[in-house]
Amino acid sequence: MKIGTMNDLTRFLIFAVVILAMPVWLDPLGGNYPDLLQKFAIYGIFAIGFNILFGLTGYLSFGHAAFLGVGSYAAVWSFKLFTMNAIPALMFGVLFAGALALIIGFLSLRRSGIYFSILTLAFAQMSYNLAYSVLTPITNGETGLQLAQSDPRVIDNMFVEASAGLPSTNLFGLTMSGYPGFYFCAALLILGFFISMRIFRSPFGLMLKGIKSNQNRMMYTGLNTRPYMLTAFVISGMYAGLAGSLLAITDPLAGAERMQWTASGEVVLMTILGGVGTLVGPMIGAGLIKYFENIFSAFNDTVLAEMFSYLPDALVELVVPVVGLFVGSGWHLTLGLLFVVVVIFLPGGIVEGVDKLVKFIRNREKNVGGKVTPQDQPGE
Amino acid sequence: MTNENKFNFSRRGMLKAGAAGGLLAATPSFFMRDAWAASDFRNNPGNASEIKLGFNVPQTGPYSEEGKDELRAFKLAVKHLNGEGDGGMLNTFKPSVLKGNGVLGKKVGFATGDTQTKSDAARASAKRLIEKENVLMISGGSSSGVAVAVQSLCQEQGVVFMAGLTHSNDTTGKDKRRYGFRHFFNAYMSGRALGPVLEKEYGKERKAYHLTADYTWGWTQEESMKATTEELGWQTTATVRTPVGAGDFSQYITPVLNSGADVLILNHYGKDMINSLSQAVQFGLRDKQVNGKNFEIVVPLFSRLMAQGAGDAIKGILGTTNWNWKLQDEGSQAFVKSFGAEYGAPPSMAAHTCYVQTLLYANACEMAGTFYPPEVIKSLEGFKFDGMGNGATEYRAEDHQCFKDVLVVRGNENPSSQFDLLNVVETTPRSQVEYDWKIFGGELGPYKA
Repeated sequence: MKIGTMNDLTRFLIFAVVILAMPVWLDPLGGNYPDLLQKFAIYGIFAIGFNILFGLTGYLSFGHAAFLGVGSYAAVWSFKLFTMNAIPALMFGVLFAGALALIIGFLSLRRSGIYFSILTLAFAQMSYNLAYSVLTPITNGETGLQLAQSDPRVIDNMFVEASAGLPSTNLFGLTMSGYPGFYFCAALLILGFFISMRIFRSPFGLMLKGIKSNQNRMMYTGLNTRPYMLTAFVISGMYAGLAGSLLAITDPLAGAERMQWTASGEVVLMTILGGVGTLVGPMIGAGLIKYFENIFSAFNDTVLAEMFSYLPDALVELVVPVVGLFVGSGWHLTLGLLFVVVVIFLPGGIVEGVDKLVKFIRNREKNVGGKVTPQDQPGE
Repeated sequence: MTNENKFNFSRRGMLKAGAAGGLLAATPSFFMRDAWAASDFRNNPGNASEIKLGFNVPQTGPYSEEGKDELRAFKLAVKHLNGEGDGGMLNTFKPSVLKGNGVLGKKVGFATGDTQTKSDAARASAKRLIEKENVLMISGGSSSGVAVAVQSLCQEQGVVFMAGLTHSNDTTGKDKRRYGFRHFFNAYMSGRALGPVLEKEYGKERKAYHLTADYTWGWTQEESMKATTEELGWQTTATVRTPVGAGDFSQYITPVLNSGADVLILNHYGKDMINSLSQAVQFGLRDKQVNGKNFEIVVPLFSRLMAQGAGDAIKGILGTTNWNWKLQDEGSQAFVKSFGAEYGAPPSMAAHTCYVQTLLYANACEMAGTFYPPEVIKSLEGFKFDGMGNGATEYRAEDHQCFKDVLVVRGNENPSSQFDLLNVVETTPRSQVEYDWKIFGGELGPYKA
């Protein structure tokens, strides 16, 4: 079975298995702890949603972090005002992000290419500054929006007596931190992946691909492309809102940094690194970047010295400082190098790399069989 | 696209998928130890021979200099706790039951994280420390926004938080938590201590202009400084909020020149303060005469690291600090000596507070005879101690705030070395900076997380 032509059901099942089994196979890699697992799932959703816009239509939005932030703020406010249950928070997050996406999309989609990117970047940076220093009564600025003992929590207080400490977020009684929180995010990621797959295969998805390959031609056939674009933009904004509200559900705090342009850039990196326009690529990219950010950045010289302890001492003293440049606070450097390599040699991202590898191995197997003649090669 | 590439739902297919999904969802519970089992408390070391402490400090961002110095102090504290080196303040700290053989017979190890001076990043790295590194206590940080965020996380997770450098009233005021403790002083105390000195130096008729870092610390310091100066009879011309890490403050400083104010109060810290103060001096503010008086600049929270960064700009400027390496008491001397021997430079006040906090936590565990957080917290609450560089100090049980003398300092006009940058003008006694814990509101919450 070739990866590229894999049946969708198989693809979906493999994806679900890999995601749900993450605690098992990430254990030897040092990544099996709830916070990181949650981040994998959440940023996976973010990247998959981003890919619906960027991968299908080719419109590069540089402002998706704004929707992530709005989702978070909406979710935390839902915790503060109504209930600590995750479901309303989720709905508010998606709803508000969708509404903001509708406004920003409506304005930005009047332009395409670089102008569209710049517009979205400008809107996102505007949202960031609003959250950071203008709307501080709503966002609590730099400090970040947090829960407080004195919050109303109207719905919760109708049913249960307020406890002495701060309540934690829950799904009908199941606490949303730790592993249950991860499985909740993972379930939503799988659902998000399923929806994205359906969109990719639908006539609507085909329309978006048409827009990507030649928008002018689409318009000459008498089709108004803008509603399609706007729908794609809003859907991908809602994915971001979902990711944002999940960030708040697993950890009830919303900070303005979530909306900064670096966060928007990160999702672009994730998508390109994994493979633009592929189904699983963005998820791979998201996982890789979060892994780097959390695991590589925690390496310090002591850890490195332990890792290289099998080498002779003199060599250790030489190797550790050099490798040290690329880990710890220098993890960005490693990521940058990886990104450069991927973009130059594998423009289709890691997914393309895997495809090439599979093809290579298959060809070699054939060669080993010794049955290959020029006639066996497909003619172009 | 052919049809077989699509999902075709049949009842049988759904059943199969459902069964497979259910099995999958249950898989982790077969493989993971302790995934669902509740241990008696978070990260209980049990019979392990080593415990881990988590040091979450800014290694990048506007407060990174402080963070790096904090990390040095933490490493030194761990050394001393394990009985290595010369023991530092372990020899002067009393009453102490620390023996220099680790804590409760277990060797002390540590793990570090980078807060980036962002609430989000700080919480993520604190979570990693708790969930992955299994630390028993989190300490460090150089921003009140971060301290407040991490403190509430620690309360949720049931891990003790020994705050590093945080000066906002909120940390032990409206955002206080049962699991959070602060050794550092706060903005209210700075105001109380600075008031009399400002009156003596600059008189009763002044017009103050505030530039304030736009987050919890800046807000409460502005509030405290305003209250203090207005009590003296000063007027407040304007209070302007500036974003953290702005870099360039010229657009905020130009309006000061024409505002009619004759005192500029900089509620900034770290690199922000270095930048804003240097720019204010470059703009010639200090050479100006306004309302027939010399224009003055006040930096309520001062540290030697910042003074080093600001260079000549700090000469003659008044502020307060928690601690200074030139103090002559036994504890300070011992700490400066072992820190200097280790790193070749005197410690900053951020380093001092982090070092002291680590020792205090270790001592509380020894006193409680367990790592069980509620017991550790109880032995810290109301704990009175001496020999840690600030004279007699008390951890107030009601809000987990330490009470001790506050130092009013002035930028040294003739420094004798690159570290000799601040002169102590006055030591304000503890009684003068005390306040009723009820004024800031907030609740500690339960002992059991």
